[in-house]
Amino acid sequence: MITAEIPVTPAAPPPPVLARRAWVEHVMGTAVSVHVRAVEPTRPDLEAAVARVFAHLHKVDAVLSTWRADSDLLRLQHRETEDVHAWVADVTELALEAEERTDGLFRAWRSRAGGRPVFDPTGLVKGWAVAGAAAHLEVVPEVAFSIGAGGDVVVGAGRGPTAAAPTWRIGLEDLTTPGRVADVVSVRRGAVATSGAAARGGHVVDPRTGRPVVRPGSTTVIGPDLLWADVWATAAWVDPERVAALLPERDPGYRLVVL
Amino acid sequence: MRRITTWLLSTLSALVLLFSYHTSTNSGSATAVATGSADAAANGSTDSGSSGSADSGTDSGTDSGSAATPTPTPSADAGSGGSSGSSSSSGTFTGDAVQTRYGPVQVEITVKNGKITKSVVTQVPWNDHKDQEINSYAVPILNDEAVQAQSAGIDMVSGATFTSDAYIQSLQSAIDQANL
Repeated sequence: MITAEIPVTPAAPPPPVLARRAWVEHVMGTAVSVHVRAVEPTRPDLEAAVARVFAHLHKVDAVLSTWRADSDLLRLQHRETEDVHAWVADVTELALEAEERTDGLFRAWRSRAGGRPVFDPTGLVKGWAVAGAAAHLEVVPEVAFSIGAGGDVVVGAGRGPTAAAPTWRIGLEDLTTPGRVADVVSVRRGAVATSGAAARGGHVVDPRTGRPVVRPGSTTVIGPDLLWADVWATAAWVDPERVAALLPERDPGYRLVVL
Repeated sequence: MRRITTWLLSTLSALVLLFSYHTSTNSGSATAVATGSADAAANGSTDSGSSGSADSGTDSGTDSGSAATPTPTPSADAGSGGSSGSSSSSGTFTGDAVQTRYGPVQVEITVKNGKITKSVVTQVPWNDHKDQEINSYAVPILNDEAVQAQSAGIDMVSGATFTSDAYIQSLQSAIDQANL
């Protein structure tokens, strides 16, 4: 008599239940929130990766802040040192590239009355820093994450099956009515950056006139890399029509939403 | 000084009107909000607190706040217990207080059958006149919007300012703990 064991396979493994967890820390003059979805979001490797995300942002702030007199960037500009972190050169190169790519609608050099232009990479550093910080979560297995940094959002997943990566719903805030969501975009991987006048007053300067851009509304760019989404959102805030025409040819992976 | 007091009174009573639902559920939110600024808030917002000092306001605020929650699970381990959490949870949940440039912001949400039915700001910075000005404008609007945003299932917001950033984050923290 032959007894065969019939393998009993369950119809389909139930999809893993993802729990959420959030962290918030104040860095780079804004609140940065890290959200993760994982089966077990209290995992030590996950916590360590989130700590590295914040550590990365604190380090960027220490090197490139234009508010802290002891940052590498300001000490270099004040001729106090020439021994600065390599990030200063990296960001300078990126700023040049951004200016070229946007036909000068993004500019990191501010003119100063009767002086040399001042290098102020603030408009680019946050997106670049958060994109870099996200790399610490991309190497963690079985996790999906979203990082929000004062209006700039990056969404991604760690190592492992990516088909299971959940979708994150990113609300685009109506800047004329604080707190109101004007539109929602669903993102599984990628970045969302918004530029507008309401967030911190008219802080975006039109490089062609040297005057702040003051009008209602906002411009949002969605795409693979937060650095370039951020740069294009700023450029689009300066000249939405021009960027609407430029973007498909220069960076076809990015989409512009004008509110 | 006189003018400031009058201004405070009118702002706070306007706030109280906007927070019209707080009296039925959580008088703690109104008294906590008023801490350190004026007794006037207690006068205007709750029937009982007519002569409450700032101190008693804080005490009664925290006491009645926790007493009013049917299933308070504001502890940190609420998150770890979440693997078994169902989407039909109900109760009142308090998010972590988030530090903002202006001071701590904290949100309490009421969940019925997995849906947020109410969100109340239980802690906002009221340390000086400028804070009052900022929050009296921002908080009531956001408080209303938080429910709206959640009903649309927002995970993160693009384009937010400092205070709203912290606020929405705090709501998100409450949502995480409620394990929706």
